[in-house]
Amino acid sequence: MSRRDSAAALTLPVGKRDHIQAPAGAPVTLVEYGDYECPHCKRAYPIVKEIQRHMGRRLRFVFRNFPLRESHPHAQHAAEAAEAAGAQGKFWEMHDLLFERQFALEDDNLIEYAGDLGLDVVRFRKDLLEGVYAPRVREDFRSGVMSGVNGTPTFFINGVRHDDAWDVEPLLAALERSAATP
Amino acid sequence: MAAMNRGPGGPLAAGTPAPDFTLASAPGQAITLRQFRGRPVILAFYPADWSPVCGDQMALYNEVLPEFRGYHAELLGISVDGVWCHAAFAEHRRLHFTLLSDFEPKGEVARRYGVYREGDGFTERALFVIDRDGIIRWSYVSPVGVNPGADGILRALEALAGERTPA
Repeated sequence: MSRRDSAAALTLPVGKRDHIQAPAGAPVTLVEYGDYECPHCKRAYPIVKEIQRHMGRRLRFVFRNFPLRESHPHAQHAAEAAEAAGAQGKFWEMHDLLFERQFALEDDNLIEYAGDLGLDVVRFRKDLLEGVYAPRVREDFRSGVMSGVNGTPTFFINGVRHDDAWDVEPLLAALERSAATP
Repeated sequence: MAAMNRGPGGPLAAGTPAPDFTLASAPGQAITLRQFRGRPVILAFYPADWSPVCGDQMALYNEVLPEFRGYHAELLGISVDGVWCHAAFAEHRRLHFTLLSDFEPKGEVARRYGVYREGDGFTERALFVIDRDGIIRWSYVSPVGVNPGADGILRALEALAGERTPA
């Protein structure tokens, strides 16, 4: 066993199980491990949007769940809600809504959001209350831990952990560097 | 990222017997390292209680506890903070593992593990995985501002568990 000297790397490659924005084949993939109740992730949310506007089809964005359940009591259910919405084809709509309504993440709120998004609320409520997507969220969490996620949000650019600041400029610069590297 | 060794000889390396110690775990209570013989122990030295919430190393380990416990490993957090400070911190962050106070003489245990920062008066952000026989099997020092995450610990525990499975 040796020391870990290189930057942490993504152990679970981006694949079919993931929620992905933008086409496959984009030169740069940004993976975020995030928590819907984390204030830093809320701050990162519009930053990622701006970066997506800048980079357009050159960027693939993936969001994985990393709920810090002890620090954020609503984070686990919020993550499961996004997955439950995803099962009905509206993952990203719910993802956005959860960050925009971070101040209201009780189960009743989550169910209300499902209604607002036009989901089958009966199914959504059942999925949420029965924890149907809890294993999937835990799988995301475990993959994050093994990849060196050390807080939220943690970003990976083409599989390598981004340890610098994630304001628009440094994150965009790092992404452009990756895009330029064959 | 290169590890930064500020102790006289750097952190104790793999293969070294872990120095035994007794430290306060709560007001009026103490824990001795030796009592955990027979299962792995994770020592997580960290600079101070009350660092920022979401990137906090102890908060992360709190979430990863089920994984650590899957290997029957005991996690011990160690800093130079006093027992009352630890008690308030653990309650506030809802930590479900033991925090030890390397408080008097200050930093003595950290010094013996080669991870005390003399000029700063606190410990490195240093991790040690100790096997069931009390031997250090993995150690890592992170730059003091970087949360090292939990992957290195889990890999070390996985390797230890693998040794115990007959081929």
